[in-house]
Amino acid sequence: MTEKLLMGNEAIGRALVEAGCSFISAYPGTPSSEVLEAVVDNLEDAAGPLHVEWSTNEKVAYESALAASYTGKRAAVIMKQVGLNVAADPFARSTYIGVKGGFVVVVADDPGPHSSQNEQDTRLFALFAKAPVFDPSSPAEAREMVTEALELSERYELPVLLRPTTRICHSRQNITLRRPVDPGRRAAFEKNPGRWVATPAFLPGLHAELNRKLARIAGEKDLYPRAQGPHRARCAIVAAGIAYANLADLLDEMGLADQVTLYQVRLPYPLHADFSHSLAKTHEKILVVEETDAVIEMQLKGHNIHGRRDGTVPGHGELTPDLLQSVLVDFLDLSPATLEKAPAPARGRRPSLCPGCPHRASFYTIRKTFPKGIFPSDIGCYTLGLNLGAVDTCHCMGACISQGAGFYRAYAQDGNDFPTVVVTIGDSTFFHAGLPALVNAVVQKARIIVAILDNSTTAMTGQQPTPQHGILADGSPGGRVVIEDLVKACGIGFMEICDPYDIENLSLRLKEADRYIRRPDGGPAVIIARRPCLMDRSNPKARPRPIPVKFSADRCTGCGICVERFECPAISLDAEDKKARLDPVLCVSCGVCIQVCPAGAISENREDRS
Amino acid sequence: MKQQIIVSGMGGQGALFLTRIIAQAGIEMGLETLTSETHGMAQRGGSVISTIKVGKFKSPLVRSRQADVGIFLHPDNLPVHGHLLRPGVRPLVNTPKPGEWFNLDATARATALGSPVFANLVLLGFGVAKQLLFCGPEAVEKTIAAISGEKFARPNLEAFRHGLEAS
Repeated sequence: MTEKLLMGNEAIGRALVEAGCSFISAYPGTPSSEVLEAVVDNLEDAAGPLHVEWSTNEKVAYESALAASYTGKRAAVIMKQVGLNVAADPFARSTYIGVKGGFVVVVADDPGPHSSQNEQDTRLFALFAKAPVFDPSSPAEAREMVTEALELSERYELPVLLRPTTRICHSRQNITLRRPVDPGRRAAFEKNPGRWVATPAFLPGLHAELNRKLARIAGEKDLYPRAQGPHRARCAIVAAGIAYANLADLLDEMGLADQVTLYQVRLPYPLHADFSHSLAKTHEKILVVEETDAVIEMQLKGHNIHGRRDGTVPGHGELTPDLLQSVLVDFLDLSPATLEKAPAPARGRRPSLCPGCPHRASFYTIRKTFPKGIFPSDIGCYTLGLNLGAVDTCHCMGACISQGAGFYRAYAQDGNDFPTVVVTIGDSTFFHAGLPALVNAVVQKARIIVAILDNSTTAMTGQQPTPQHGILADGSPGGRVVIEDLVKACGIGFMEICDPYDIENLSLRLKEADRYIRRPDGGPAVIIARRPCLMDRSNPKARPRPIPVKFSADRCTGCGICVERFECPAISLDAEDKKARLDPVLCVSCGVCIQVCPAGAISENREDRS
Repeated sequence: MKQQIIVSGMGGQGALFLTRIIAQAGIEMGLETLTSETHGMAQRGGSVISTIKVGKFKSPLVRSRQADVGIFLHPDNLPVHGHLLRPGVRPLVNTPKPGEWFNLDATARATALGSPVFANLVLLGFGVAKQLLFCGPEAVEKTIAAISGEKFARPNLEAFRHGLEAS
């Protein structure tokens, strides 16, 4: 079949279709988001029926796909590394109880991290929950491992993880497509309460069986680490994932490939038992390189094992080719002159909210209205409200509402004069994990303002639909859940829906909300700041009526509010005359800055309506 | 044939699209091709970098002083990603300012063609004409036509050809 340039995530998505999965669910999150999108793109090629869904969160995604596997069908669930924390509950039990149809859990890690709140290692999570985990070193290998994982899963009736990292997910490689197969499964759930209900009485037996399965997997011949280079060199390197690929290129470029035995571990947990026992006796010294924690390293026995734990490899972070080169020079006692020193690179430009982003108007207004407020926020594009001084905390999905309540209580118990706490949460994040926290805030009478920044999409990860859309992952119509209905159902006593572009009105509503929360019968107040994301090409309402602006250098006082407080990328202060300048290439003519300038130097340009 | 290429820009400038065009040209020529890209938060206007490696490689990443070609869609990124260039390599930079690089004001030229979004392809054309890349104009034009989609194929090809003739 045809050869295509596929991103790692596209290769995984394609492989799930090729392997005949019947149920695939996900919640978007960088670096995993494109996997389900690739599944959707390949739906037409699927050999049998295939249900795809963006679930409300990772826990829901995991549980739904798991049940599909109970019926004997092949199923998969996809998420980013911190998504597995949300799905930890179903995940940790599913290894004891097992599966029927092949069940692969794709969890994308983000060493660095590049776009995450931590760089946790899912392979460590796999060890904790006792689930086998594959660690691909390229998009092509990730594709192969999907099939291997499904087969291993079916043979042992266990969930099996595939753990790509950012560098695999967002790499592209030429890959030859295969014809999707139809495993021809019909749903056949066999009732067995001792297993599927598994009360505590059954669990010791199930746990013992899980241990036996893992011991057998650790003896699988095909999963013995693959060696290259000389058979029994003095020095050996054990590597996995992208670190293996980086190292293989590095040894090649440094002319060391014939001096070191290089092992690639494809299944870091459970590590092959013979390998873990014999390696230390085969080589004089051994270096382990893996991302992000010492999962392989801790399973190797011997005093000559070096890696993350003894500081031979830094204890944190991504193993870039540059870093690995210096590790290699140390480990092999090469002359430091081998290292090609380059000056430390400068930090690049920081990201910011897009020009015209409705969140910018919301953040500007919130900070202007409550200069002494406390502003917990959350995960999404809107974390960049940080640049406007309107984001004080960011923790994990949905945390802002609960943290806001915690802030309020800590201040309120010291006296009546508590600062206004305004939490900002995106629409997708609200559905994902904000809802239980809002219920709790009502019950606990937390006097906070919850600003739901509803841009009608999951913007950061590439415009996936939210429950409010009533659109399913494959584009077909689905049910619809509306935010204001949920807010009312939670028992919120104050709710306003505002257009964030109307700064004056939003500010008035925020002040009303502040008066409400301070009333004797007050509680949490909700403001829904609603305007679609400008980047959402599928939304016809996304582009506002253009209001072209002009800047008057005569009126501009150079106060810098449009640059510092409003932080629009299209506006800068001229290096010489310190007056505000507009970059017409970046400006999208949202016109909001007209309301921001205190000197009246920004006005509508009625001549330019192009 | 082995070549390591970096494409540096600010989020939104089309570095990802340019990366795909070049990598696809590698495949058209029957070469093993690997890329790495920046996605996620940095895409919101921050500095981004992609790498392309054609030939026998296992990793898509480029080490310091190893890149054979540097394409800079924004001059502010020279101090950020310039260390990846092999010593002596003159990068291709989208800027009106001359310097230790091949300069072209691709944004101004693209704006004159209709939109600054075409600057990436104008710059690519300029680089291909200078024979900096492993691929010639035919292979690139073929991939532009194949990847662009109906609406943009023509303006994209126009922008690329404009760059070809700018050198």
